[in-house]
Amino acid sequence: MTNIIEVRGVRNQFGPQVVHDDLDLDVRRGEILSVVGGSGTGKSVLLRTIVGLNRPVAGSVSVFGEDLLDLPAARRAALERRFGVLFQKGALFSSLTVAENVALPLIEHAGLKAAEAGRLAALKIALAGLPANAGEKYPADLSGGMIKRAALARALALDPDILFLDEPTAGLDPIGAAAFDELILTLRDALGLTVFMVTHDLDTIYTITDRVAVLAQKRVLVNDRLDVVADFDDAWIREYFHGPRGRAAAQAVPPAQRAPHNLSHGEQA
Amino acid sequence: MTEAAFIDIDGGQVRLRGDWTIANYTVLASEVARLRALVADTADVAEIDLAALGALDTAGVSLLHQLLGKDRLAMLASDASPLPSERRALLRAVADVIDASTASTAPARGYAFGDIMEHAGIGMLAFYRHVIDIAGFIGITLETGFHVLLRPRRWRITSLAANLERTGLDAVPIVALLTFLIGAVVAFLGATVLAGFGASIFTVDLVAFSFLREFGPMLTAIIVAGRTASAFTAQIGSMRANEEIDAIRVGGLNPVELLVVPRVAALLLALPMLSFIAMISGIVGGMLVCALTLEISPTMFLSVLESHVGLRHFIVGMAKAPIFAFLIAVIGCLEGFRVEGSAQSVGEHTTSSVVQSIFIVIVVDAVAALFCMEMGW
Repeated sequence: MTNIIEVRGVRNQFGPQVVHDDLDLDVRRGEILSVVGGSGTGKSVLLRTIVGLNRPVAGSVSVFGEDLLDLPAARRAALERRFGVLFQKGALFSSLTVAENVALPLIEHAGLKAAEAGRLAALKIALAGLPANAGEKYPADLSGGMIKRAALARALALDPDILFLDEPTAGLDPIGAAAFDELILTLRDALGLTVFMVTHDLDTIYTITDRVAVLAQKRVLVNDRLDVVADFDDAWIREYFHGPRGRAAAQAVPPAQRAPHNLSHGEQA
Repeated sequence: MTEAAFIDIDGGQVRLRGDWTIANYTVLASEVARLRALVADTADVAEIDLAALGALDTAGVSLLHQLLGKDRLAMLASDASPLPSERRALLRAVADVIDASTASTAPARGYAFGDIMEHAGIGMLAFYRHVIDIAGFIGITLETGFHVLLRPRRWRITSLAANLERTGLDAVPIVALLTFLIGAVVAFLGATVLAGFGASIFTVDLVAFSFLREFGPMLTAIIVAGRTASAFTAQIGSMRANEEIDAIRVGGLNPVELLVVPRVAALLLALPMLSFIAMISGIVGGMLVCALTLEISPTMFLSVLESHVGLRHFIVGMAKAPIFAFLIAVIGCLEGFRVEGSAQSVGEHTTSSVVQSIFIVIVVDAVAALFCMEMGW
């Protein structure tokens, strides 16, 4: 199994406060990886470091086998175009309609004409599970769940290889959250995506995650399949996976479904 | 055999090759458009060969859909097709949603005259509702204000003092500096024009009349409208965006009493004081220019001021200040309450409150000037 993202020895520091110290993390091609950890352990900082919004003080981040921190800006921008990022609150451009939001990267990066971009944008909007008339709406007119789906459509605009999700189900009702989980799984299987997800949602972790990385003590404590992580000997992990909510989420998923998902995806460019 | 990079048509056989991805979209789209009619004749799906196809993404599948049509794409995606499973999954995922996405028709195109009329109508209606809103809000503010006025226990002295400092004391430097400069400019203007008539002594009258009656209160009101109306809107608007206003209501308190009355009261006190400072500072600016360029000494300036300029001009000027203050504060607060939950809305309403309050200050000042002229004040 090849690693699509390799984080090695990363140190992140804001003033005197050290968030990450000598942090290592692997993300494998085609998997759904969930990053969990208590508040303030730097889950979002880690995501921002990998996508290039935050430069670490030390260490290296390599994606697709190339060290992102050493690359010239143009090459790096080309690589980052293969990322799709879903921000926690959607971060849709509020002055553009949903369709224009999705079409923007297609016009700017893929050099498509407005009509072609509009047709592809409508396809992505439908792929994200939104009704066809959602494209004409402005982000302010959408509900929380629709904003997440619209933001997902924009993240998928350029057919990325890696999808980064920052708390994708936070603020959604359980039905909406379950539908969103299902959508992520379907898209991963259909588009051959690699998914890097920061989440607190135990149901998401139990239903769609292949591997879990636990952030604690300024590094990745353990990064493995869910059953291995859940049995890891650490007070916080025990509390997290075997507390009342963790037990409930574990029982809600039939064991057959918890088996690792089929990862035999072809290499897709 | 046709010459094309991505599509081979050989007799009845259609062979696709190369990377059908977003990177090649423009070239692919033109080939698809050119060869679509030819491919449509090739009825049998068995004669479509995807073995040489390189990478494929959703953009590529959408083009395949255009090239082959819905039925043949569905056949390629079906279990009977020789394609590998992950490619079938991709075809299926796109084929399932592509009809829904293309079904949405373009929005109806308007026609220019109708659009203009519609826009004008919407604008008129919004203006009408807005005037009603302002009148209603003035009523609510006055009612709550008098209600509180009669009950000294409910006066919010801390809030009043804090607002007085922010809107009054903190504005003194900018008001004093700007009116000083305008006073100097008016005196220069007077010196240039009136010297031609040998009447440069009347520069004193020009500066004094203009600042006591008009410029003092109006310039101050405009500066305060830009400074304080926007601040009121942003403060109340961000509270509203954060649901704090709802929390106040649910807590059994009156947001108008808590937020609006202290602000209106503070500005009612602050603006007359600032206007007075503006008058003094403008006249000092004029006096300085007179002393430097017209050889009218400050002593002479003051004695002319005393003999020519009656007290009523000062009173007319000062009487306008509380009216301006009330309108500015009410518009600033009302726009804050009209914010609808997003940061963008806070920005829009802040802009709107500044524009409206400057507009209303100038309109009211013009009306007051006409009124005073007719009354002979």
